[in-house]
Amino acid sequence: MLKQVEGSMAVAEAVAACRPEVICAYPISPQTHIVEGLSRMVKAGTLTSCEFVNVESEFAAMSVAIGASAAGARAYTATASQGLLYMVEAVYNASGLGLPIVMTVANRAIGAPINIWNDHSDAMSQRDSGWIQLYAETNQEATDLHVQAFLIAEELSLPVMVCMDGFILTHAYEQVDVPEQAQVDAFLPPFVPRQVLDPDEPVSIGSMVGPEAFTEVRYLAHARQMQALELIPQVSADFKRAFGRDSGGLVRPYRIQDAETVVIALGSILGTIKDVVDEMRDQGVSIGVLGITSFRPFPLDALREALAGAKRVVVLEKAFAVGIGGIVSSNVRTALAGQPTANYTVVAGLGGRPIGKDSLHTLFEQAGRDELEPLTFLDLDHELVERELARERANRRSGPSAENMLRDVGAVGPRLH
Amino acid sequence: MGAVPVKFYQVGSFAVGNRLLDPDLASVQSDPERANSLTSGHRACQGCGEALGARYALDAIMRATKGQMIAVNATGCLEVFSTPYPETSWRLPWLHSLFGNAPAVATGVAAAMHAKGRDDIRVVGQGGDGGTVDIGFACLSGMFERNDDVLYICYDNQAYMNTGVQRSGATPPAARTATTQTVGPEPGNVFGQGKDVPRIAMAHEIPYVATATVADLRDLEAKATRAMEFRGARYLHVLVPCPLGWGSASCDTIKVARLATQSGLFPVFEAVNGEVTSSTKIRHQVPVEEYLKLQSRYAHLFRPTRRDDVIKKLQAMADRNIERYGLLEPELAPAVPAAMSNEPVEVA
Ligand SMILES: Cc1ncc(C[n+]2csc(CCOP(=O)(O)OP(=O)(O)O)c2C)c(N)n1
Ligand code: SF4
Ligand SMILES: [Mg+2]
Repeated sequence: MLKQVEGSMAVAEAVAACRPEVICAYPISPQTHIVEGLSRMVKAGTLTSCEFVNVESEFAAMSVAIGASAAGARAYTATASQGLLYMVEAVYNASGLGLPIVMTVANRAIGAPINIWNDHSDAMSQRDSGWIQLYAETNQEATDLHVQAFLIAEELSLPVMVCMDGFILTHAYEQVDVPEQAQVDAFLPPFVPRQVLDPDEPVSIGSMVGPEAFTEVRYLAHARQMQALELIPQVSADFKRAFGRDSGGLVRPYRIQDAETVVIALGSILGTIKDVVDEMRDQGVSIGVLGITSFRPFPLDALREALAGAKRVVVLEKAFAVGIGGIVSSNVRTALAGQPTANYTVVAGLGGRPIGKDSLHTLFEQAGRDELEPLTFLDLDHELVERELARERANRRSGPSAENMLRDVGAVGPRLH
Repeated sequence: MGAVPVKFYQVGSFAVGNRLLDPDLASVQSDPERANSLTSGHRACQGCGEALGARYALDAIMRATKGQMIAVNATGCLEVFSTPYPETSWRLPWLHSLFGNAPAVATGVAAAMHAKGRDDIRVVGQGGDGGTVDIGFACLSGMFERNDDVLYICYDNQAYMNTGVQRSGATPPAARTATTQTVGPEPGNVFGQGKDVPRIAMAHEIPYVATATVADLRDLEAKATRAMEFRGARYLHVLVPCPLGWGSASCDTIKVARLATQSGLFPVFEAVNGEVTSSTKIRHQVPVEEYLKLQSRYAHLFRPTRRDDVIKKLQAMADRNIERYGLLEPELAPAVPAAMSNEPVEVA
């Protein structure tokens, strides 16, 4: 049903339509509205046969989901940022145990300095956790991806993270076609695990596996993600047939036909990039965009195919690996191994810094002339960081960078004693 | 026919032969049909109190729930010695997730059962003292506070045994562990306030809290059984000597546990809705020294010089417990079925 609705509420309704049996939640912005919506539905009795557990931490949230899922219940939780990091041990455990939990990550920066706004540092930190990671471009896609996520998760017995940009998507009101209960019921069969905690058929789950079988277990985790490379497009196609909408899949090309420059990105920024690409195409620039929906598994083949004709790729990412540079771009480089394609990494939108069309125009034009540095921080205040670096060179006093910058610009209060 | 008082003659251990008892009062372990939840072949050390305690507690719960139960285990000795892949000693549905999350995982299982309308299936979480009083404490307190329908059992061997006997929040003062070694002017663990989780559990006013030891296995069975009569969060704290970590003889596990109770160092009691309802009285009070002497983790209190000052402080802790729980007061009502005491029993 078409609705003017907040992204979080659309997601909450889609999750509810998937008939979760256990939802556990701990508050952290910008994820809160989703679970608030779900808690209301459970309490009001519109979402039945579902337990909503208000836990004491994100670590407990994922742990409750683990127990519920191992006992055969469809389990859901949502988090972001510090909350995702706080649950990390359980995040890895859920995938290691092969439990098809679905979790929304309302992408947000990681502190220090504490910052509640959007970037992808949180989800990217979990790229090797064994979870499938799907990134939504729009609220419609975020909504649809949750329905697909349960199907993919339960089919493969792997947990799925649906990543949606915090605030930009979670808090935006727009028109969303929210899946109807009957449609979802027809699309998503009930969860029937092969192995479950059942007194009638007792099994021990989670034993200590030594060197004799550990490699095999890890290999199978990888192999299952490789199977997901086939399943994800299939589920997306089935979804289109059932709901009449294009959502999900591995990658999302836009005007890449014959494009010399292909911009690669994840999430909601794709909308702005498409606008810029349209404008540049109108001016005759040979440029296109490739959105990556499935970051884990990483669609190497699909990328290689999509980028076959490109001279250069500009990977615009909302996170980076301190000490080396791009995360997405190094994955893209793996896809392009052996190809002469130039690869530029642009780190943008950290901690919610707006990514404007003007900056993107300048950036893509520079890229088109191959004048970009291998690693660019978009809209960085060079003057500020140069001053700080100069001081550090002169005086190696350590301490937190944010507070040091304040001291250097004279914005620190007088000494009290 | 009137009741005839019968005196059970004892061998000094307070044990009563099961064959003399009404089948309902006989121990679960004497039942050939018992579940054997933690069956033989596991790799616990000889004389492991934890293996013994777990078997008695879980078999009693299996009987109380007619086999309709699921166990969730924290990382620790109990988990490691019972499930070396591909083997398992568990004859019940069992899940191990992590070290610090067993109470929350148990909550998840209970929530799943409730959502599925299977409230007949009961959930038990269990872990060592480290997993319970330290790293799992937030999850435990959350589970208590929400009054989730879970029985959590802590097997307290007073240190992180699985990693090689390091100090936990349940390690008693003066005890030697690998991280509180017997060097310096005050060897062994520091004298702090200790973390008394049974009392903290009571402060949550959960329906049922009890302590037990492997010295009185009938009492442990009775409490595990009683715990299943309640719904909501329940907590059972079981003292389980660890020969390896305590430096006691494998054959002395029961004796050491008994001396812990008879000295007053480990009070055995039950609490309902946050109020102590009964305590197990000391029958033959012993000075703490009797208990300490059997364990090499306290050897530095006796050699090379006697540390009467430290022993006195430990005695003061025992005396505090004796006073707080009335451990030397005359028994008012039996804490456990009369058949388990050595008082004359009315046999019909
Ligand atoms: C997060 C985490 N930290 C540390 C460990 C290492 N570790 C595993 S078992 C254990 C000791 C367990 O002690 P306790 O809970 O008292 O159980 P016991 O082995 O004494 O029965 C420790 C420290 C771990 N597995 N996970
Ligand atoms: S170290 Fe202690 S707790 Fe662990 S198996 Fe041995 S006796 Fe039992
Ligand atoms: Mg221990």
